[in-house]
Amino acid sequence: MREYSCFDILGPVMVGPSSSHTAGAVRLGRLARAIAGGVPKEAEIILHGSFSQTYRGHGTDLALIGGLLGFNTDDVRIRNSFAIANEKGLSFKFIPANLGEGFHPNTVRFFLISAEDEKLSITGASVGGGNVVITHINDNEIELKGDLPTLITTHHDIPGVISRVSGVLAEYKINIAFMRVFRKEKRKLAHMVVETDDKVNSAIINDILKLEPIVSVRSIEPV
Amino acid sequence: MHYYNVKDLVEEAEKRAVTIGRVVKEMEAENLEVPVEQVEERMLAQWLTMKESAEIGLSEPKKSMGGLIGGEGKKLNDYRLNNKTLAGQRMNKAVSRALAVAEVNASMGKIVAAPTAGSSGILPGVLLTVQEELNLDDRRIVDGLFTASGIGIIIAQKASISGAEGGCQAECGAAAAMAAAALVELAGGLPSQAGEACAIALKNVLGLICDPVAGLVEVPCAKRNALGASLALVSADMGLAGIKSVIPVDEVIVAMGEVGCSLPDSLRETAKGGLAATPTGRELAERFLGKF
Ligand code: SF4
Repeated sequence: MREYSCFDILGPVMVGPSSSHTAGAVRLGRLARAIAGGVPKEAEIILHGSFSQTYRGHGTDLALIGGLLGFNTDDVRIRNSFAIANEKGLSFKFIPANLGEGFHPNTVRFFLISAEDEKLSITGASVGGGNVVITHINDNEIELKGDLPTLITTHHDIPGVISRVSGVLAEYKINIAFMRVFRKEKRKLAHMVVETDDKVNSAIINDILKLEPIVSVRSIEPV
Repeated sequence: MHYYNVKDLVEEAEKRAVTIGRVVKEMEAENLEVPVEQVEERMLAQWLTMKESAEIGLSEPKKSMGGLIGGEGKKLNDYRLNNKTLAGQRMNKAVSRALAVAEVNASMGKIVAAPTAGSSGILPGVLLTVQEELNLDDRRIVDGLFTASGIGIIIAQKASISGAEGGCQAECGAAAAMAAAALVELAGGLPSQAGEACAIALKNVLGLICDPVAGLVEVPCAKRNALGASLALVSADMGLAGIKSVIPVDEVIVAMGEVGCSLPDSLRETAKGGLAATPTGRELAERFLGKF
């Protein structure tokens, strides 16, 4: 049985009207932003299922943009996030669509162009009570819930990388909660998603970057 | 430590001659491994946000995102200020605030989910009112919020606090039951009376479906918050009068969960039954969805 805290019952503090369609949408936007390494330049946002039906009445669209801008779920600026996005040079568009079977009814897919001109596709769902999960980055299936500090690496797929990364984390006494590796092709570029119990600071990230198979590391704070 | 029954919570409180709120607060601090003052501070912050949403809702009423509601809290408040009213000043004060917070939620304002965003008006509505009427300081209200959340935890564990799972009985119903228990303790009643009030409130919402028109948290949600507040106040008075629920509170909670499970899908947040499926409900949904 799940054990609740008083603050699960009286909380979260959030901008309404719906924990799944508004607060969850903010968190999905925040995660997409973190994966893109900051506020993107362009966002084309596909809304699936219930999201495509009622997004305006729940402010799901404003919430997703608010998240991309880095707002928290209780930030009243969310109501004006479109205007703020315009000011910050984020151009966006929403497309209600059907992604097909097998997607949660509250699914969103972001096609982003990051500040560094990287093209990304990020898919995630709001699964109830403000909880979310990122299910795909580009074509890679992942599972990222955003409630723990997370590292996403891009690295050359050669033997020993995983143990070297976990070795660095162990050195700093960082406990790994979940870890997942995926790649498109053998011996090409691969990715690792590492969720940790403790915060990962920049010294640790620098040490991981020093490992020569590592191309890049993105650190994602809990949202 | 955890309590899985209201009965255990009530017995512990009565054995120690303290409130349920106090037992819950200490349990929370123990579970989070932090000092009691820290959880009190955190709850105080939730309370200040609740107050703020009620004030904003009454002073700056806004149309909801879907445009179906807005301004009703202020309307009732103005009416009560200018009339004797039938249900009385206290009652209408609480109800107008519950409406106001529900409207703030529906217009993308800041609220505290209590236990959900859809049912966020009930606790602030009644607690703000007893705070003023009984002259209670914020610290006392914070204790009441711990009482409410302790009851809410048990409802979440034994039944549900989600409309999609258990219908509106699990949202506005749970909120009214939580509020009733808190009100009894704030008025100086016994923990056992708080348990009875909780049972009485919850019994009255058994079978309450979740049927949001056009899938929006507007109709009937805001008015269910309003009447949830009135239910909490009357149930609390019954508890304070020493009236008992023949069916014990923990059995009522389990019954609520079972009723929720046997509700068809169409009556659990899918907007396919109940008020959402009435001719007007359908027309509003079409107009709303067609508008875009
Ligand atoms: S009708 Fe449904 S959405 Fe509205 S408050 Fe009740 S449970 Fe929540």
